[in-house]
Amino acid sequence: MIEAAAIATLGLFLLSPLAIALRGRASVSGLIYALSILPCLGLVGVGLMGLGDRHSSAMVLPVGLPWIGAHLRLDALTDFFLLVVGIGGAATSLYAIGYGRHEEEPGRVLPFYPGFLGAMALVVLADDAFTFLVAWEVMSLLSWALVMAHHREAEVRAAGLIYLIMAAFGTMALVLAFGLLAGSGGDYAFAAIRSLPRSMPVSIAVAFLVLVGAGSKAGVVPLHLWLPRAHPAAPSHVSALMSGVMTKVAIYAFLRVVFDLIGPLPWMVSPVLILTGVATAVLGIVNAAVADDMKKILAYSTIENVGVIFAAIGLAQAFRADDMPTAAALALSAALFHVFNHMAFKSLLFMSSGAVLTATGRRDLDGLGGLIRRMPVTSFLTLIGVVAISALPPLNGFASEWMVFQTVLQSPQLPQLGLEMLVPAAGGMLALAAALAAAAFVRFYGLGFLGRGRSAEASNAREVDRYMLAAMGGLAALCVLAGLVPALVLDRLAPVVEALTRSRLPVQSAEPWLTVVPVAVARSTYNPLLVCLFIAATASAAAWVVHRAGTRALRRAPAWDCGFPDPSPLTQYGAGSFAQPLRRVLGGVLLRAREEVEMPPPGATVPARHRVIQHDLIWEWAYLPLARGILKVATEANRLQFLTIRRYLAFVMGTLVSLLLVLSIWR
Amino acid sequence: MERMAFDTAHLLAGGLVLVSFMMIYQDRLQALLNTFTLHAVVLSGAVAWQAWTQAAGHLYVTAAIALIFKAIIIPSALTRIVQRLGIHREVEQVVGTGLTMLTGMGLVALSIVLMLHVTSKATAFAREDLAFALSVVLLGLLMMVTRRNAVSQVVGFMSLENGLILAAAGARGMPLVVEISVAFSILVAFIVIGIFLFRIRERFDTVDVRALDSFRGERR
Repeated sequence: MIEAAAIATLGLFLLSPLAIALRGRASVSGLIYALSILPCLGLVGVGLMGLGDRHSSAMVLPVGLPWIGAHLRLDALTDFFLLVVGIGGAATSLYAIGYGRHEEEPGRVLPFYPGFLGAMALVVLADDAFTFLVAWEVMSLLSWALVMAHHREAEVRAAGLIYLIMAAFGTMALVLAFGLLAGSGGDYAFAAIRSLPRSMPVSIAVAFLVLVGAGSKAGVVPLHLWLPRAHPAAPSHVSALMSGVMTKVAIYAFLRVVFDLIGPLPWMVSPVLILTGVATAVLGIVNAAVADDMKKILAYSTIENVGVIFAAIGLAQAFRADDMPTAAALALSAALFHVFNHMAFKSLLFMSSGAVLTATGRRDLDGLGGLIRRMPVTSFLTLIGVVAISALPPLNGFASEWMVFQTVLQSPQLPQLGLEMLVPAAGGMLALAAALAAAAFVRFYGLGFLGRGRSAEASNAREVDRYMLAAMGGLAALCVLAGLVPALVLDRLAPVVEALTRSRLPVQSAEPWLTVVPVAVARSTYNPLLVCLFIAATASAAAWVVHRAGTRALRRAPAWDCGFPDPSPLTQYGAGSFAQPLRRVLGGVLLRAREEVEMPPPGATVPARHRVIQHDLIWEWAYLPLARGILKVATEANRLQFLTIRRYLAFVMGTLVSLLLVLSIWR
Repeated sequence: MERMAFDTAHLLAGGLVLVSFMMIYQDRLQALLNTFTLHAVVLSGAVAWQAWTQAAGHLYVTAAIALIFKAIIIPSALTRIVQRLGIHREVEQVVGTGLTMLTGMGLVALSIVLMLHVTSKATAFAREDLAFALSVVLLGLLMMVTRRNAVSQVVGFMSLENGLILAAAGARGMPLVVEISVAFSILVAFIVIGIFLFRIRERFDTVDVRALDSFRGERR
């Protein structure tokens, strides 16, 4: 099995030079993307079979450091994440066959794209720290190159710079973490790291460093700043990969280290994780609810979902540390299920925003609208994604978020009073985030696809080609399937959960009617088929009643103008107006949003202006002072370049003497 | 006999520190070069004594190298340079002599306190030797910092290197290959610095490194 995975990964890496060799040909774009699908499907196959038969296999490749080589290994966790990478990669590649035709400079995207996929697969496959870190860094750099594809726009360049700095910072944290993990022995194979005993403070430090390192890639607050800038800047299929898959690879890194390599961790780690996750979820979704750019909304919503996943992982850690393996298994199942679901619907939504971008050339909500008539298939598929991400039954987003809340309900059994009080509060915040997500995506869909077009481009949009539709259709089908039969997905997840927590959920496929039973029948169950039936019945009944009860009497009158006497589409609700209530309620504190009205003096002919001013508090309070401090120190240190020889010598001597002094005093 | 061996080694190493102080005190270049010759002679004596007490034959080679290169070739070459440059009477000092001497005493105290603690497990022989060697190194550095003339900076560097050799001799000697390569690298450094001295002089009519600084256009 491992050989197949390694060959698929190698195939992806080899496509990059092929793209360079064939540059300039007209058909190269379609060819590279079509060829990328095959290895991705191979990864999906490996993942599925691996989750079925539960065998781990390993191999050592004679590349990398001499005498050490590259260790690769397949186990249940790897299988699952290979599946995520494979599905995301295959769907995105299929989509890109169509989307790539509209790329102005395909030479800036094609060589990096397959390598990026391959690097993500390699991160998941790696079984020693060196291979892992190299693959991680290759993944970061290639995704940076992809973000910079449209580097002529100043905004993109700024996003690329911030991304590069954050990626380097994250990798540095991971390097330190693995250094601590390997200890002084210097054996960086994961098997050796796993068997090494280490003290509690070291374990906690490693967990914190990995939270910083993997969290900066996943978009955890306050390390999320690059994400809403870089994800929208990339070409849409790359955004889909970065949001849908790369953040999942970061979550893989966190799970691999914290649940597999470190060994036991105290429960004190879990409140940090839960609080970080909750803060990430709420802050991400509040920003999503007020953003005006389609891809930016999606990027902020990615932050929210990553927060939900991290909160669930934190719960799993709490239960694991308190020796409650069943509850830990539930939490981890919820987290992994949400990982899978988020991959499906976030990729789908980024693809549909890419489709809108192709059709109209715009992604600002104030320039869109009415697409449901011009692009009916895209709109329908987007609707499925929107319903899924808003966690509405019977789709998959509801299933996994419901399981997260089932986990929260287990908290009264926790022995620590602090956790017992924290977890329900965290659950409340997660519920708030879920509700805000629904609001944000009603806005996303309502402004983007309903109503009348707000610009000429939107009014004249054309439906996109069949490759893009096929890819979106596939992911939408996946959302529906995973929503309707979560039991099957959960059973597939069982070996992963069992490997990490030594426990698992009850066998779901044994339950009648595909019911999901997270703990016991007596506590709570969820039957998506039943819910689906109920929704269908009530919706048709309501429609029938409305039709029957509506008056049939004829009446001659001017057509109702829906409250818009002015026929201009600009009189519709706009992005700013839809967001205003939320901005006033929540934005006042979290975003320090203010509205300003500039009234012209009497007699002046200039129009009055209404402006919204928002602040990114984390950017202004944490990052800008840091940047200013670094600049100041660097300016001061710059003077050291222009000293006399004697002063340099004096520095050498001063350093030596002060070190000796420290040594003789401290001793 | 044991006592005698220890006392003599102590005397010679202490003498080296004393000569280092004498070097700091000299403010004429010719006198400084003469003192440096004395420094090298005392060093070779100290190393030779170590060779005898440790019965380590190769240390005699070290002593001989020190005597030939440091006490004869380099000082005479430097003397020629100084005389050809016509600066043998030049007085130059950045910090006053008294302050430099006080700082030097502080450095010696620091290195003795430190070394006696750090090497508490080693033999008395090695401990004393290392403490004095560190003092000589620090005094050499001090000399490089407090002088402005390129020639006296070279002398400071050479005396610093003498301290390293003293340390190596005390610590049961280092392999001969290392010693010879160090000796040759010192020689090469000396040649390079000598050539540079003339180049600097050609360009700026002085070997005062202040000229270099002002040439770089920097404020002092």
